[in-house]
Amino acid sequence: MKYVDEYRDEAAAQQYVQAIRRTVTQPWTLMEICGGQTHTILKFGLDRMLPKEVTLVHGPGCPVCVTPVEFLDKAVTIASRPEVIFCSFGDMLRVPGSHEDLLIVKARGGDIRIVYSPLDALKLAQDRPDREVVFFAVGFETTAPANAMAVWQSKQMKLPNFSILSAHVLVPPAIEAIFSAPGNEVQGVLAPGHVCSVMGYWEYEPLAEQYRVPIVVTGFEPLDILQGLYMTLQELEEGRFEVKNQYARSVHREGNTQAQRLIREVFEVTDRAWRGIGMIPRSGLRLRDGYTEFDAERRFAVAEMAVEESPECIAGLILQGRKKPPECSAFSLCCTPEHPLGAPMVSGEGACAAYYRYGQGAQKVSSR
Amino acid sequence: MCLAIPGKIISIEDNPLGVRMGKVSFGGIGKEVCLAYTSEAQVGDYVVVHAGFAISRLDEEEAQHTLEALAEVEEAAKERGESLTATERNCSISCRK
Repeated sequence: MKYVDEYRDEAAAQQYVQAIRRTVTQPWTLMEICGGQTHTILKFGLDRMLPKEVTLVHGPGCPVCVTPVEFLDKAVTIASRPEVIFCSFGDMLRVPGSHEDLLIVKARGGDIRIVYSPLDALKLAQDRPDREVVFFAVGFETTAPANAMAVWQSKQMKLPNFSILSAHVLVPPAIEAIFSAPGNEVQGVLAPGHVCSVMGYWEYEPLAEQYRVPIVVTGFEPLDILQGLYMTLQELEEGRFEVKNQYARSVHREGNTQAQRLIREVFEVTDRAWRGIGMIPRSGLRLRDGYTEFDAERRFAVAEMAVEESPECIAGLILQGRKKPPECSAFSLCCTPEHPLGAPMVSGEGACAAYYRYGQGAQKVSSR
Repeated sequence: MCLAIPGKIISIEDNPLGVRMGKVSFGGIGKEVCLAYTSEAQVGDYVVVHAGFAISRLDEEEAQHTLEALAEVEEAAKERGESLTATERNCSISCRK
């Protein structure tokens, strides 16, 4: 496939590994923010090709993993209502809530549909005026334009039976929370290429400056990751801390201004709790006045509820790069993709799922 | 976080609300995509698509530059008198099944 295969060229990747080996003179800890990057690193074994001085820790860039339990519980409550058709991306269905997940609700007769795009949910609302169609709008800035468009079109069409349960989160405040946390060990960051395709990378410049950490906007293929690592390590070795753009084929400094315009029209920034991390100021999006009629939380008057999490799950430490999945006592034993204790083991972008799937999980089981 | 893949625009048309939509091919598989956020993209262009939306138009020149940048890395190594030894060449990038 064009724009994919060229960036999986083995010889080129090897040369970057050698260039990294030649560049590194001391230990460095780097964080890739995005779960998609984590999966590429583990799937292609990039972590094992790097010199031992380079430590990769995995960031909070898994939208499924950081969605607060309260939203899962609200989703379960709304999806259980007989008049509702509840639409969601597939990986949200198996994420454990306090007591149930959406798959259990579906088994119990709840009408839950997996969709590829929020526009699919919007079309369903048009086709089924007799039902309330709710879309579970989770994700980072990459997904916000899609959800903003679905809400905007619903308003234009005066569609009375469409709403979203919005749990959007933003990357820069999460990076700042990691940098400013006591004992932070992250010295360089691979920023998420698709978030930056939408938002640009100007928001990261003050972070790199203030915390003196180089940030390289990076793509998702092996060659992208290796080049992003090489650029970050070069800066570290030269004592620089700038924002660079490895993923220039898709990202510009200002980002996609057309998408940003509709995001600002429909949403506004708000404080948001992140699962496993806690409240991060101004790190979420909620529907703005003029669009709150499309807020499923209001429409269905879902009350706040006490939440419960598995005491064994250390998802918070994993999402902040402080622990790796094999360091969790439950990893690949009582926590597996079939019986997940936490979201990072469910999501196709979760670090635990990546370690389990690409070998680290199997090793732990066999070594016990 | 935001899985997105590149696809080639095959056709463009507006939906009843005047929103720019189009057919995009992903290695031969065609899908309807919203092109409202990439008004500059034309038929034949490649776009990065996430959740049914094109979030950017792929820049062919920059794509080439990323691939050519590696040659610059090699050139710099040669100038420093560092060339790849046979043993260095054989570490392989393997895709774990």
